[in-house]
Amino acid sequence: MAEIRSPIPGTFYRRPSPDEAPYKEVGDTVAVGEVVGLVEVMKSFIEVKADTAGTITAFKVENEEPVTAGAVLAELDG
Amino acid sequence: MSVKVVNPGLFTTIQDLGRPGYFHLGIPISGGMDRYAVRAANLLVGNDEGAAVLESAFMGPTLEFESDATVAVTGGEIPPKVDGEERDCWTAFKVKAGQVVSFDYLRRGARAYIAISGGIATPKYLDSRSTYLIGALGGVEGRAVGVGDMLPLGESAGAPEGRTVPEKLRRLPGSPAELRVLPGLYWRLITEEAGRNFFEDEWKVAPEADRMGVRFRGGRPLSFKEREQPFGAGSDPSNIVDGCYSYGSVQVPGGTEPIILHRDAVSGGGYFTLGAVISADMDLIGQLQPHTPTRFVSVTMDEALTARADRARLYQELKSELA
Repeated sequence: MAEIRSPIPGTFYRRPSPDEAPYKEVGDTVAVGEVVGLVEVMKSFIEVKADTAGTITAFKVENEEPVTAGAVLAELDG
Repeated sequence: MSVKVVNPGLFTTIQDLGRPGYFHLGIPISGGMDRYAVRAANLLVGNDEGAAVLESAFMGPTLEFESDATVAVTGGEIPPKVDGEERDCWTAFKVKAGQVVSFDYLRRGARAYIAISGGIATPKYLDSRSTYLIGALGGVEGRAVGVGDMLPLGESAGAPEGRTVPEKLRRLPGSPAELRVLPGLYWRLITEEAGRNFFEDEWKVAPEADRMGVRFRGGRPLSFKEREQPFGAGSDPSNIVDGCYSYGSVQVPGGTEPIILHRDAVSGGGYFTLGAVISADMDLIGQLQPHTPTRFVSVTMDEALTARADRARLYQELKSELA
């Protein structure tokens, strides 16, 4: 099992903007470098990218929840 | 001699102790948000306390060294790694020519200060190498460090590795963080109840906090005393006839979200400021992560001056420890 972690502390978003669909849902596959969410800090939105490929088995943080640096955002199978 | 920036991290800027003396012209003081950490990092690697260092917010850079150097990382705990091997924070370590320094995830605090023996030797602007981003002053041609930048280094007489700042001389905010505030000139504009609430409530650091200002949310909105707005002031009760802002002053636009003005802040404006965070606590603000619960504590001028003297003593202790 692989994990996708937040590189920075801030607020986690699963959607590119409030009226768009989430980047990824549980069961979706991700490729290396694919965006799975955003973390907002200091008036900037930083893209969180997968560094391994796989299928998302769970999101560990809800949309718009605070995260710390290194926090696991999602788990991957494969 | 120089260091190559392989990856700048998120917000990495060159900072020293700042650019005082031009605030009246609207040029902010800039410099490291946690200047105690700037000084400590420099002393660890044998530099003058005011040499230029890298300030990295929330995430460290990746740096490739062209020549041998001594490095120290202080302030927020973003543990450094030399060719992938972790080194201690607040401790001097050697890096050999060709080696790469990268960083692990942030563990505590918010901003790491990376000092390199010799100091970063980019050109000074108005006596300082500090980066003021929106004014495009200092730093690397007025900007943050970027991929591929070669950062020039000054001469160093060499510094041993292994020197460390004892735990009791490392300074980071607790949780909840406590920031001491001296009520100021415009305190009279808010009601007594609003004044009590401000100090009773628990606030949280907003994610948009940056080098200009650190915003807080979560406390009750302030209520203002009835008054007819004077000529020249805006119509909102939090507006004043334009006044001066000090480093540390706390403005509350619309009475809702306090903003503490920090090193890159504007020097004046039309929002009232309820007071100022005391100088002894300003470094701590640079180490607040988003969402950190924070309490404001009311102090008198005497208490503020005592705290300032305590801080000065702490620094003297650090200096004799690393002498």
